[in-house]
Amino acid sequence: MSAEAIDLATFRELEATTGVEFVRELVATFKAEAPRMLADLRQSLVDGDAERFRRTAHSLKSNSNTFGATALGAMARKLELEGLDSVRASGSAPLDALAFEYTRVAQALTELHRE
Amino acid sequence: MSEAATGGARLLVADDNKVNRLLLTRNLELMGHRVASAENGRMALEMLRRESFDLLLLDLEMPEMNGFEVLEQLGRDLALRDVPVIVTSSLEGLDNVVRSIELGAEDYLTKPVNVVLLKARIGASLEKKRLRDQQKELVRRFATPEVAQDLQQSGFALGGKRVRGSVLFSDIRDFTPLVESQPPEETIELLNTYYTLMFDAISGHGGIVSQIAGDGLMAIFGAPLPLPDPATSAVRTALEMVELVELFDAERTAGGKPAIRIGVGIASGEMVAGYTGTSRRATYTCIGDTVNLAARLETHTKTVGRMILIDGATRTTLPGDITVEALGPVAIRGKAEPVDVFAVVPARKT
Repeated sequence: MSAEAIDLATFRELEATTGVEFVRELVATFKAEAPRMLADLRQSLVDGDAERFRRTAHSLKSNSNTFGATALGAMARKLELEGLDSVRASGSAPLDALAFEYTRVAQALTELHRE
Repeated sequence: MSEAATGGARLLVADDNKVNRLLLTRNLELMGHRVASAENGRMALEMLRRESFDLLLLDLEMPEMNGFEVLEQLGRDLALRDVPVIVTSSLEGLDNVVRSIELGAEDYLTKPVNVVLLKARIGASLEKKRLRDQQKELVRRFATPEVAQDLQQSGFALGGKRVRGSVLFSDIRDFTPLVESQPPEETIELLNTYYTLMFDAISGHGGIVSQIAGDGLMAIFGAPLPLPDPATSAVRTALEMVELVELFDAERTAGGKPAIRIGVGIASGEMVAGYTGTSRRATYTCIGDTVNLAARLETHTKTVGRMILIDGATRTTLPGDITVEALGPVAIRGKAEPVDVFAVVPARKT
């Protein structure tokens, strides 16, 4: 069980206010959108598009926090605030770490719905 | 509380992020509102211009047109600037909040949005909008659209400014004996029909009705909003009023009722226009020599047996298709020198 990627209190609160079925759909939407955001971050790093990088990190942060993916949200926030240049200095490591954390989050979300 | 304040309002959500958009929409629908959504600022503006919404929930970070740009556009749009906006954003920094509020946002909520807070803010915004709408509706009912627009653009301030324009006075001839000869209900009905016709003629030519009292009315042309040729507009109004009264009379006499006749006086020149009264109750009107002269010319129609009398200043700009007859100088009460008076001759139908 890797649910620690998700803050349970936040997640259950979301289910309580909007409905379990709705959250299931919302999670599906997030899982469809997030990989594109991760790809966008890598692409904007390649293109040197700082604005797109910041906006995508901002979006990912916002969605992560919605589901209680606290660690993922914090990593995305760091990218948003520090910007493209600081990431470029450390190579692709921050984006690899972000992708790894997302995998944990996606898995945790799947398990939460299996319960 | 109105229906809109308690739920059932029509809301627009603008957010480029699909998860955020779905979530906010869901929360608002659970509160009983009807919700539409837009993926960016440009789409949101298009929808606002096409349909009517009670409130906009606006994200700041959006492609094509961001939230700040939307707020700027709304502020410049007379038709949309009263739509309340609540900014929902996960942008950090107090400067974003300040900028949003300065650009006219009603409120700022940080994402993820707390649902209880969201409900309270939406309720408060809708209630404020309802009061504003009610106020606007009152202004519309008791002032003309031009005065209402002037109030909306420049705000309300007592005091006048000098303007050039034309003033029109009219009343119904021999109204008192008419009133005495019929039941009061019939008089009210007569006045309502009469005023409906006269107001149509006046606003149709860009004038505003400043005052009505009994069977008399005063209209202004060229203030608060300027007209290219206020004198001609006023004279064309008078001609239309006479024509409408003739049509009205045809109907009245067919029903066995006595015909009515009107007298109209018009003067043009400088006057002081503005809101007079107190800060609690005021009316848009004009004062000055021009106004007095118009009132005297209207009275003078009885003496000379003409329907429309105008002064020299009004006559100057009239186009050739309006027939005018000089009546020569007339001594007018309150004027040291005699005034050149002209009668406008209504076109005879063949």
